[in-house]
Amino acid sequence: MKISLTVNGELKTVEIADENTPLLWVIRDTLDLKGTKFGCGKAACGACTLHVDGEAVRSCSYPVKFAEGKKVTTIEGLGDRENPHPVQQAWIEEIVPQCGYCQPGFMMATAALLNKVPKPTDEDIDKNIINVCRCGTYYRMRKAIHKAANLQLEKENNQSKEL
Amino acid sequence: MADKDNGSKKVSRRKFLVKGGLGTIGVVAIGAYIFRNPIRRELLSFANSLEAPYVDNTDKPMVWFEVTTNNEILLHSPKMEMGQGTFTGIAQMAADELSVSMSQINVVHAASSTGNVDSFATGGSTSISGLWQPLRELAAMLRVMLIKEAARKMNVDSNQLTVEDGVISGNGKTLTYAQAAEGVENWEVPDVPDLKDIKEYKYIGRPVPRVDLDAKVYGDPIFGMDADMPGMLYGAVVRPSKIGSTFVSADISAAENMPGVVKIIVEDDFVGVVANSMIEAEHAKDAINVTWESFENLDTAAITKMMTVGNGNATTIQKNGAAFDEGDDFETLEFRSPIGAHAQIEPNGVVASVESDSATIKISTQVVSITRKEVAKRLGLDTEKVNIVPTYLGGGFGRRLHTPHAVQAAVMSKAVGKPVKYFFSRKEEFQHDMFRPPTHHIIKGKLNSEGLLDTLEHEFVSGDVATDSALIPNALTNFLGADVGAIRGGFIQYTAIPNFKTVYWHVELPFATSWWRSLGLLANTFAMESFIDEMALKANKNAVDFRLHQIGDEPIDKRLKNVIKAAAEKANYTEEVINGRAMGFAASIDANTPCAQVAEVSIVDNEIKVHKVTVAMDPGLAVNPDQIRAQCEGCVIMGMSAVLYEQMFVEDGELTPTIYGPYQMALMKNAPKEIDVVLLQGKDTPGAVGEPPLGPIGAAIANAVRRLTGQRLTELPLQLS
Repeated sequence: MKISLTVNGELKTVEIADENTPLLWVIRDTLDLKGTKFGCGKAACGACTLHVDGEAVRSCSYPVKFAEGKKVTTIEGLGDRENPHPVQQAWIEEIVPQCGYCQPGFMMATAALLNKVPKPTDEDIDKNIINVCRCGTYYRMRKAIHKAANLQLEKENNQSKEL
Repeated sequence: MADKDNGSKKVSRRKFLVKGGLGTIGVVAIGAYIFRNPIRRELLSFANSLEAPYVDNTDKPMVWFEVTTNNEILLHSPKMEMGQGTFTGIAQMAADELSVSMSQINVVHAASSTGNVDSFATGGSTSISGLWQPLRELAAMLRVMLIKEAARKMNVDSNQLTVEDGVISGNGKTLTYAQAAEGVENWEVPDVPDLKDIKEYKYIGRPVPRVDLDAKVYGDPIFGMDADMPGMLYGAVVRPSKIGSTFVSADISAAENMPGVVKIIVEDDFVGVVANSMIEAEHAKDAINVTWESFENLDTAAITKMMTVGNGNATTIQKNGAAFDEGDDFETLEFRSPIGAHAQIEPNGVVASVESDSATIKISTQVVSITRKEVAKRLGLDTEKVNIVPTYLGGGFGRRLHTPHAVQAAVMSKAVGKPVKYFFSRKEEFQHDMFRPPTHHIIKGKLNSEGLLDTLEHEFVSGDVATDSALIPNALTNFLGADVGAIRGGFIQYTAIPNFKTVYWHVELPFATSWWRSLGLLANTFAMESFIDEMALKANKNAVDFRLHQIGDEPIDKRLKNVIKAAAEKANYTEEVINGRAMGFAASIDANTPCAQVAEVSIVDNEIKVHKVTVAMDPGLAVNPDQIRAQCEGCVIMGMSAVLYEQMFVEDGELTPTIYGPYQMALMKNAPKEIDVVLLQGKDTPGAVGEPPLGPIGAAIANAVRRLTGQRLTELPLQLS
């Protein structure tokens, strides 16, 4: 069967044998976007976090059929080297990653949080950022999340001034 | 011992071979080293303090550098990047001696076809310390060679030339490294030049950003799990869920005709399936009915009983003064640590392509050389015909020192004549981990009239770490009579105590245990530093002063005292409970790096909450202070995760749990909001960084809890009664 979805701003139609295939594998293997990671396959670690219509979703446990007609954003679409997302900018400034494998999932979870809670408190972060990082980068991540919130607010202020 | 000739053997000029002028490659510089075996009488210290020099694989040429036409340097790293920051550190070392900027250095994992294969492993906190001397010497040689060629081309005496950012100038002329290298076929190989004075370095010693930062922030496909090959199929391997299972037979009839299935492979030691997609391979795998022969149903209690001091074989690994007199008035405490999982987020995975007389394997591995030899052996190929193409590791932690999946993927690829990708499910990762072994410790001590220790004895039992490992020859383990991994951190560091003894008991478990970041250090230091704290309380002495009075006067002892003082001072260490928070102190030496920590802890809803950890560490010369801080922060959090939450059980013969969550780990909400790191430099070469900070954290937290609640917690994970 065919499924159509918008991935990082581009409309994609994929031919899929099983509509219950997790979105993760369609993104990684069919569309060859490898930034979204497989960690556990049970929505327990968050390495596969991406956005579906702006909401953070653990794509290893999200059947692709539910993405029909929706907008999917992956780490590759969050920002790029020329135009980093404030979360990516903050991650770079705080030098957060170690092994780096879990980081796209954390950045996607953080970007989704900032859309809902532009200035999260430590408690907001504790409650919402519940992915697993084995290298133990949480300490820098927390600093980066606060920094990203500030960068995003600055960016919005600048944009509204320009308007 | 480790301060002397740490990899300081000069590069052999004869082994510095050069090829030049090929395509986009300006020059290939090649060098080789020979590992000198530690002499026998130093073997015991090997386990606890060796900072291994870089160990090469062969007399054959090894590609280290390439100068590219756009005047960049490609550095082929024999050490893998698994988060520890090695790529950044070696880029700094090479950039400074080559006189190029950081942005001109690109570090890549050396494929084994380059010949630059590390015959040991990426592990043991040895990468930066081991490469410190040889890599800078190689880089300096290449710089001198390029300057000589430039001098010829520019018709200027090489003494008049200077280099900055890979551009050679003098006498009003300039030439880039790429231009200097272009077309050169016969290179003049110099003697190893003097290295630059440390004050001249622009990058070494500075907190430069990680070289892999962009790749990791923008989601580049750099990991083993991201690797693919054209025309690749997907494999899966059937694994038993019970401990000690041996393969009897397999019924593949149902799986054979399932959609997408290409082939079912039944070997003596595994059953695999190859299919067109990962999902189809997994479905077919589930339909294969394998009969296993298993042990009786073990449980955690049986493992704990096995793992008790007095079982197995004992080896005294350290002894000073008189033996412990039975009947003396002594304090005794027993400690236990559980089975621990690696739980790295990237599952073990591999892509293999086997052709008639060669094989290519893309894989996250910490042991390129072993992976290569095992694949070659199974396929009946010469080792040289197997090219291991290492990728970034989504966490190492010792888990990737075993790569039998590379062999399985190669066998499957050969069977179907196409590349095959295969990786572990999370359940397989948890059940077929090479676990951190459980331990049991009995520690006895006696105070003298001044309230200092007169006698201290530590007996402990551990499952295998290094024993039977492909990494350490059994001869070494046998000679020692002790597992060099399990005894890490087991040596008593309070050598001013008149009488002390350490005894290691070896017990073999019915499932595989192995290397887990820092090896025995986590459990041994938890036990010993908890006991020391209890003795300080009994002596009515400050925990810091009590320690300082019982440390010897060797150079390492002075460094230990300095980190203890620095941590206490930076944390404003106090034994008072203030606003419901208490501090706990602990210190350890691992791989010649002393580290002290102060944990600031409170009890919230009957749970232990760590608010702040102060770390003082002396890793010697800090090549990249920011990445050393990152390793300290990471070790504190991984260590607190292990000591507060993590535990594998054995139920009905199965290792469990098999998923994150039930295998509880530290999350963002658990991590301390403050981690304060103080770095000291007690020696002038770089030392071990990636594991030593895992030592003190367990006891530091337990000692704080003792001061808060009066409870002496003696079992990991720490749980309040």
